[in-house]
Amino acid sequence: MSRPSSTPAARKAAGFRLSARHREWVAGYLFVAPDAIGLFIFAGLPMLLALGLGFFTLDGFGGFQFSGLANYRRMFVDPLFLQSLKVTLAYVLMLVPSLYIVGLALALMVQKGSALNAVIRSMFFLPQMVSLVVVALVWQVLLVDKIGFVPKMTGFLGLGGLSWLGDPDLALVSVVVVSVWFLMGFYMLIFLGGLQDIPKEYYEAARMDGAGYFAQLRHITLPLLRPTSFFVLLVSTVAAVAGGQAFDLIYVMTKGGPANSTSLAIYYIYQQAFQYNEYGYAAAMASFLVLLLMAMTLLLFVLTRGGRFNYD
Amino acid sequence: MTDAALSRTSAAEPPSLYRAVPAVLGLAKLVLALATVAPLLFMLSVTFKNQNEMFTMNLIPEKPTLANLTYVFTQVNFLRYLWNTFFVATTVTVVALFFHSMAGYALARLRFPGRDAIFLAMFSTFLVSLPVIIVPLFILVKALGLLNSYAGLIIPSIFNAFGIFLLRQFYLNVPREIEEAAVIDGAGYWRIYWSIILPLSRPMLAALAILFFLANWNAFLWPLTITSDENLRVVQVAVASFQGQYTASWNYIMAASTVVALPTVIVFIIFQRQIMESIKTSGLK
Repeated sequence: MSRPSSTPAARKAAGFRLSARHREWVAGYLFVAPDAIGLFIFAGLPMLLALGLGFFTLDGFGGFQFSGLANYRRMFVDPLFLQSLKVTLAYVLMLVPSLYIVGLALALMVQKGSALNAVIRSMFFLPQMVSLVVVALVWQVLLVDKIGFVPKMTGFLGLGGLSWLGDPDLALVSVVVVSVWFLMGFYMLIFLGGLQDIPKEYYEAARMDGAGYFAQLRHITLPLLRPTSFFVLLVSTVAAVAGGQAFDLIYVMTKGGPANSTSLAIYYIYQQAFQYNEYGYAAAMASFLVLLLMAMTLLLFVLTRGGRFNYD
Repeated sequence: MTDAALSRTSAAEPPSLYRAVPAVLGLAKLVLALATVAPLLFMLSVTFKNQNEMFTMNLIPEKPTLANLTYVFTQVNFLRYLWNTFFVATTVTVVALFFHSMAGYALARLRFPGRDAIFLAMFSTFLVSLPVIIVPLFILVKALGLLNSYAGLIIPSIFNAFGIFLLRQFYLNVPREIEEAAVIDGAGYWRIYWSIILPLSRPMLAALAILFFLANWNAFLWPLTITSDENLRVVQVAVASFQGQYTASWNYIMAASTVVALPTVIVFIIFQRQIMESIKTSGLK
C-alpha cells in the first residue's frame, strides 16, 4: 500500500502521512460522507424538527412564534382530528388483517413452481407497478354511481343502489378494497419468501403422520412463518397509518369525503399544513401520530413476542 | 412446498374425482388473476373508446379511436411532464446508487471508529416516512432555496436507507480474498471500490436501479408539495390535476393514465423476475 495511487483518500493520506490504519479510517469516512450527510439533512433533521415544530405557530411565510402546548391542546378538541384518528383506526383494522389473509392465501396458491403459477404471480403483482394516482383514477371510474362497472356488476346481485364512493358508510370500505388490490402482490411476494425457507422435510414427516392440508398449514406453515408474519403486520400497519400510499389514494379518490368518512390522519395533517398553512399545528399532529405508531409497534411486538407467535 | 406435497398425496389416493382438483384449482387461480388485472385492461380499453361508449361493458371498443391519446399529447404539455419525470427518476436512481454503493462498501468492508453507530443512525431513518416529516422537510427545502426546482425534486429523494442497507448486506458476503489481491498490488480504496466492488455488484445494482426508477416514476406526494411551477410538473401530478380540469371526461383521464402507467408496466414485463426476486429477498434478509 506504499505506492501512491490516484484515489482521493490515498492522496489525502499521502499529504498528511497517515498510517495504513488511519488511511482506512479516512477512506471510510469519505465513502460514507455523501449518504451520511444527505440522510442527516433530509431525514434526520426533519425528524428532529418535527418534534419541536409543534411548539410553534408558523404562518407559512417564515414567521413563527413560540406557542407552547397550544397546538397539542387544540388537537384534542379538534373534532376533525379526532374523527381522522377514528378513520385511521378503522382503516388499519380493516386493511391489515385483509392484507395478511389475502397475501398469505395468494402465496399458498401460487407457491408451487410451475409455468402457470409464474404467470399468475406476475398478474397478481401487476397492480404494484402502477402508480397510486392512476390506481385511484381507474377505480373511481369503475365505481362511478350506477354506470360504473362495479355498480353494474353488483346490480346483478340486487345491490345496484349502492354508492361506493358517495356513501359515508361505504367509502372507506371501497378505499380498503382498492388498497388490498394494490398491495396484495407485494405481501404475496414477502410470504413466498418466507414459505421458501420452510424445510420440506417437515411436510414430508407430517404427511407420514397422515396430516391433511389444513393440519399442515396450522402446525407447520403458520408457526414457521412467524418472523414473516411479524414483518408483514408491522410493515402494513406502519404503511396504513403513515405511509404515502394511503395518502395518494385518498388525495385522488375521495379527498377525505364524503362527510370526512375517509379523512385519514395523514391526509388531514397534510390539509392543515398545505391548504391552511397551519404548519405548527400539522407538525404537532404528526408527532402525535409518530408516538401512536411507536406505541402500536411496541404493542404488536409484545402481542407477537417479537415475531414468535404462539400457536401451541 | 405444501402444494407440491399435496398434489402428490391426492394423486396417490385412488378416487379419480381428485384428479380433477388441480385442473379446477388452476382454472380458479387463472380467473382470479384475470380479475386482478381487469381494472388495468379496462383503463386501456377506455383509452381507445369515445365518450359515448365509455361505460359500455365491452372490453374491445366498437369504434376504436386515437382521439383521446392525441388530445393528451396535443392539448396538454404532456411530453414535457413525461420528460420531467424521466429526468428526475433517472438522476435520482444514478446518483443514489453511486452514493449508496460507496456507503455500503465502507460500512461492509472498511474498519473505522463509529462505523456501527453511523450504520445504526442511517438505518433508523428507515422508520421515517415522508408524510410524517413532510412539513419540516418542506420548510427545510424552502429555506435552502430549492422550492420549485429540479434540485428540490431530486436531492431529497436520493437519500434512502433502504438501498444502503441492501448493498451493505450484499458487500458483506463478498469474499475477502478478492480484495486482498488488489491490496497486494497496491490499489487504494477508491480503486478497489471502483474496479472490483462496483463491477461485482452489477446484478444487485441493476435490480435496485429498476426499483428506484419505478418508485421515483410513481412518486406523487413530494412533487405535489414541492413544485407549483407548471414547467416542473411530473406526470403523476399532471394526471391527478387532470381530474379537476376534465370532470367526467374520463376518456381523457384514462388515456393519460395509460400513458403514465405504460412505461412501468413495460419495465415490469421485461424485468419481472428481477423485480419480484429483489422484493422477495429484501423482505426479511
